[in-house]
Amino acid sequence: MAIDTRKAGTEAQGPRASLLNDPKFRALAYQILVVGAIVAIGWYLVSNTLNNLARQNIATGFGFMDREASFAISESLIDYSPASNYGRAFVVGLLNTLKASLLGIVLATILGTIVGISRLSSNWLVARLATVYVETVRNIPLLLQLFLWYGVVTESLPHPRQALSPVEGVFLSNRGFLLPAPVADPAWLWAIGAFFVGIALAVAVKVWADRRQAATGWQFPTLRFNLLLILGLPVLAWMLAGAPTVMEVPELRGFNFVGGISLSPEFAAILIGLVVYTASFIAEIVRSGILAVNYGQSEAGLALGLQRSQVLRLVVLPQSLRVIVPPMTSQYLNLTKNSSLAVAIGYPDVVSIANTTMNQTGQAIEGVALIMAVYLTISLAISLFMNWYNKHIALVER
Amino acid sequence: MAQDTGVGSRSVERPPVLSAGPLGWLRANLFSTWYNALLTIVILWVLLQIVPPMADWLVLSAQWGEGSQEACRAAGGACWSFIDEKWRFIVFGTFPSDQHWRPTIAILLIIGLLFVSSNRNFWSPWLGLVWVVGMGLVFGILYGGFLGLSFVPNTLWGGLPLTLVLSVVGLAVAFPFAVLLALGRRSDLPFIRAMCVGFIELIRGVPLISILFMASVMFPLFLPTGVTIDKLLRAQIGFILFAAAYQAEVVRGGLQAIPKGQYEAADGLGLSYWQKTSKIILPQALSIVIPPMVNTFISFFKDTSLVIIIGLFDLMSTAKAALTDPAWRGFYREAYIFIGLIYFAFCFFMSRYSQWLETSLNRSRRH
Repeated sequence: MAIDTRKAGTEAQGPRASLLNDPKFRALAYQILVVGAIVAIGWYLVSNTLNNLARQNIATGFGFMDREASFAISESLIDYSPASNYGRAFVVGLLNTLKASLLGIVLATILGTIVGISRLSSNWLVARLATVYVETVRNIPLLLQLFLWYGVVTESLPHPRQALSPVEGVFLSNRGFLLPAPVADPAWLWAIGAFFVGIALAVAVKVWADRRQAATGWQFPTLRFNLLLILGLPVLAWMLAGAPTVMEVPELRGFNFVGGISLSPEFAAILIGLVVYTASFIAEIVRSGILAVNYGQSEAGLALGLQRSQVLRLVVLPQSLRVIVPPMTSQYLNLTKNSSLAVAIGYPDVVSIANTTMNQTGQAIEGVALIMAVYLTISLAISLFMNWYNKHIALVER
Repeated sequence: MAQDTGVGSRSVERPPVLSAGPLGWLRANLFSTWYNALLTIVILWVLLQIVPPMADWLVLSAQWGEGSQEACRAAGGACWSFIDEKWRFIVFGTFPSDQHWRPTIAILLIIGLLFVSSNRNFWSPWLGLVWVVGMGLVFGILYGGFLGLSFVPNTLWGGLPLTLVLSVVGLAVAFPFAVLLALGRRSDLPFIRAMCVGFIELIRGVPLISILFMASVMFPLFLPTGVTIDKLLRAQIGFILFAAAYQAEVVRGGLQAIPKGQYEAADGLGLSYWQKTSKIILPQALSIVIPPMVNTFISFFKDTSLVIIIGLFDLMSTAKAALTDPAWRGFYREAYIFIGLIYFAFCFFMSRYSQWLETSLNRSRRH
C-alpha cells in the first residue's frame, strides 16, 4: 500500500514540493487506505456470513415476521395470543420495554432527587443514611440486585392466600403486587380530560402573565395559580360528575387474586431494581448540581429582596439545572439500556422476545439488528429531547 | 462584645452545655429545627424496626460453620453453612477441585498487578511490560499443560478468576483502540472522523446485552467455514468492542481539556502529527483521564456479570448455579450477599482510589 503512494508521488514531481508532502494529498491517501481496509474487512465478513447462511439454509430478511409466533407472553399491553405473528410479539416486547423504562425514569428521578438533597441535609442521620444508600447500591452490579429483588418477590413473599396487606386493598404476594383500581365510570374520563384542559389553560396563563409582566411589571402568582388549575380542575370535574368512590379491590378467588391492577413479580423486580440502582447515580448528579451554585448567589438574591422560594426558583434552580441536565440525560439512557437486563429474570421485554424469536427461527442477524435498531431509536429520541431541553435552559452568551 | 475581650481579670466561663460537647452536637446535627427533630425521631423508629431483626437474621439466629440445611431451617436465621459448603464452587466455578490453588494464584496475581499499577511511582512504560508478563502468567497458570500442570480448557474456568480476566483483559486490550478512536473522532479527516463517530455512537447507543448476543450468535457466522472460536473469546471480543467505545469518550474528554496552545506550540516546533500526539498531547491527556478511567473500570467490572445471559460461568453464574442444588434450595439471600460483598469490595476500593487520585493529581498539578 505504501508503495502505491510513493509511486503516485514520483509521477507528479515537478518544480514544486513532492506530492508526498502535500497535506491535502496525504489526507486523501490516508482516508482511502483506512476506508479501503475497512471495506475489505467488511466484505470478507459479509461474504463469510452469506456463505454460512447459505450452507445452513437460513433465509435472510424479515419475512419471518409474518409467521405464527406460537409462544405465549406473560404480560402484554395489547391483545396477543400464541397465534399472533412474530411482528406482533415484537411490538408487545417493545411496549413492555417502554413501560418499564418510562416508569423507571420518572420514579428514579423522584427518588434520586430526594436522596441527593438528603445527602446535603443538615440532619446528620439523614445525610449519613443517604450516603450509605448511594455507596452500597452503586458498587453492586445491577443484575445481582435484580436477582435479589426477584428472589425477594417470588421466594420470600407469601402465597396469595397469606398475602401481605400493608394498606387496605393492596396485596403483596409471590404472584406479584395488586393494587385497587377505580371501577370504570365516566367521571374518571371527565377528570382525565379536565387534567389536560388544566395543562392547556396553565400554559395560556403563563404566556399571558409573562406578557403582562414584560409590559407593566405587575407580577402574577403563576406557579400557585397553575398548580391549582392543573390539580383542581380534575377534582372539580370528578365531583361534578357525581364523585364515584367505588374502588375495585383485588379479591382472592381460588388460588389467585382477581380484579384490581396487578404488577407481575418480574415487572415489580425490574422496576424496583432499575429505580433503586439509577436513583443512586441521579442522587450524585443532583448533589453536585446543587453544590455547583455558589452560596453567594442565594445571598445576592435575598439581598435583592426576593423571597426564599423565588431565590430557589429564579436563581438557584436555573443554574444547577445547567449542570444537572447533561449527565442526567446519560443516566436516562443508561436506565433504558439497562432495562434490557429484564431478559435475565423473564420479564418479556424486547430483548427477551427477540431472543426467543432468534432461538425459534435461527434468524440471529435480524434479531440482533432489531434489538439494536430499537435501542438506537430510543437513545436518539431521548438525546434529541434532552438536547432541546438543554438548549432551552442553557446560558445565553454573546 | 467589646467588653468580653477583657480576659484574665474574669474567671474562665465554661461553654454552655447545650452548645458544646455531645449534647451540643446532638442539638446541632439531629434536632436543629422542629422538622429535623421530627425527621430524626421517625428515622430512628424505622431503623429500630429494621436493624435488630436484620442483625438477628444475619448473626444471632444464623447457622455458622458446617451444618445441614435442616439445621439451617431450624435455626431460622441466615444459613452461612450454605456458603461454607459452596464457597469454593462460587469462587472457582467448575475448575478441577484438586487444582484450586491455581485460580487462587491467578486471582492474587491480578490483584497484585492492580495494586502495583495504583502506585504512581510505578507509572512508566515498563508497567505495560509488567502487565503483559503478569497476564501471561495468569493465563499460563489457568490453562496449564506445562511443567506437569494438567491442561484445563477455558470451558471449565469460572467464578472470580473469569470475572477478573474478562474485565482486566477487556479493558487493557480496548485501551489502545480507544486512544485511536478518540484521536480519530477529533481528526480533521472527514471519513475517518465519520467512521469513528459512527462506531462510538453505535456501541454506546445499544445495551451491552445486544453486543454480547451479537458476539455469541453472530460471530460464528462471520468466520470462514470450519473455523470456530470459543465462547470465552467471543464474549471477550464483545467486551473489547464495548469498552473501546466507552473509553474512547473518556480519552476524548482528556484531549479536549488540553489547551489549544499546546497543539499550536507543537505545530510551531515543526513536529509531525504523530510526534505531536505521542510526545506532547497524549502524555498530558492520559494523565488527566486516569480517574475517570478507573470509574469506567468499575462499571465495566460490574457489567461482566451480564455474561450469565450468554452462558459463561462468571461469579454471578456460579452463585446462581449453586442455588440450583436441590439439597440447598432457597438460600438465595446468603448467596447474593456473599457475591455482593465480593463485588462491593472491589468496586468500593477502586472508587475510593479514584477519588483519592483525583484530589492528589489536582494538588500536584496546581503547584
